[in-house]
Amino acid sequence: MTLSQAEFAFVSQLVRREASIVLAPGKEYLVEARLIPVARAVGAPSVTEFLADLQRRPNPQNQRKIIDALTTNETSWFRDREPFAALTDVVLPELVKSRAATRKVRLWSAASSSGQEAYSLAITLQENLPPGWSYEIMGTDISTEMVKRAETAEYSQVEVNRGLPASQLVQYFERVGAHWRITQSLRRNVSFRLMNLTAPLPAMQPFDVIFLRNVLIYFDVATKRTVLQNVAKLLRPDGWLFLGAAETTIGIDDNYERVAAGRTSAYRVRTGAPAGAARRG
Amino acid sequence: MRAMVIDDSRAMRMILKRIVTKLNFEAVEAGDGREALDLLADMTEVPDLALIDWNMPNMNGLEFVTNVRADPRLREMTLVMVTTESEQSQIVRALAAGAHEYVIKPFTEGAMIEKLALLGLVPTGANS
Repeated sequence: MTLSQAEFAFVSQLVRREASIVLAPGKEYLVEARLIPVARAVGAPSVTEFLADLQRRPNPQNQRKIIDALTTNETSWFRDREPFAALTDVVLPELVKSRAATRKVRLWSAASSSGQEAYSLAITLQENLPPGWSYEIMGTDISTEMVKRAETAEYSQVEVNRGLPASQLVQYFERVGAHWRITQSLRRNVSFRLMNLTAPLPAMQPFDVIFLRNVLIYFDVATKRTVLQNVAKLLRPDGWLFLGAAETTIGIDDNYERVAAGRTSAYRVRTGAPAGAARRG
Repeated sequence: MRAMVIDDSRAMRMILKRIVTKLNFEAVEAGDGREALDLLADMTEVPDLALIDWNMPNMNGLEFVTNVRADPRLREMTLVMVTTESEQSQIVRALAAGAHEYVIKPFTEGAMIEKLALLGLVPTGANS
């Protein structure tokens, strides 16, 4: 049974309000599929009754569970490959020159979900930075559940099959019962925190590279612009922003320019962009 | 492109055959490593890819990989272990013997396609 229009409208408004995510009509089936385990976990007999109860008696904890269920996505290691190849072949060689004084780079996996992207970045840096260099990776997500999962750094057999070369599995993971855990040598460079990209972002050291992939697709144009403006404040003036293959800043935020990076594109803040756009750090 | 599916389970051979056929491979099957080597000996054109179970009668997957690696005629073949053997030490052994990749059962079709994409045998994003 698919959700009624009224139920779908209730969920849409909730995630729009709390997470700025637009659920287009036609996603009823997806929403229901994601909410079935949530309803079951709280002991509701069905999604319909779970939603009806939530409408009668608003409960922030259960609202949070809905947002978590609808904002988390299945993800794989080195997803799409090309941005990671561009990082290795184009971005890191440039950073190795420009950051020679500090020998340190900072990367941000914005919307890090269960952590695969952040740890894929860590593996890439571990293998490609010259000896004596260090790196920090921050992963952020709007879902508390996902931040916890990413910190745990444990993945099932099925998850480690997804796009991870076997040679890296044996090098950067250790078996923990039926699961695989990222080794401490990688984990110590990666941290995670809860963050809503559409709200004003906390003050942080700026980043050399930001992966903001497959995030903007969920937002309307005004929210996309807000997110891009927020992110620009945390990108070093000569930093690099990677978006998902179906995403762009073009027509949304002209402070960015698209540049070729290997076989894909990245975005950099234009020289002379207004104050506030990538000017800190 | 041609693929060889080597597994003593007929059901698993069917699953793997269906995946590689969808990716435009022409598939041949073998029920164990020995049968696979016999088939290869008669082939004029060596397959591009072999998907290899570990535990099989007559000749297991690891022995098959070792035999293939010792034969210069078969050096272009890409070897992927597809097995329930999931110990770290087993993966290391298979890679050391010459397997290019390792897929742990159970796997999804998408995961298999991603592994083949890693090896350059199908385009990246072929399963999206």
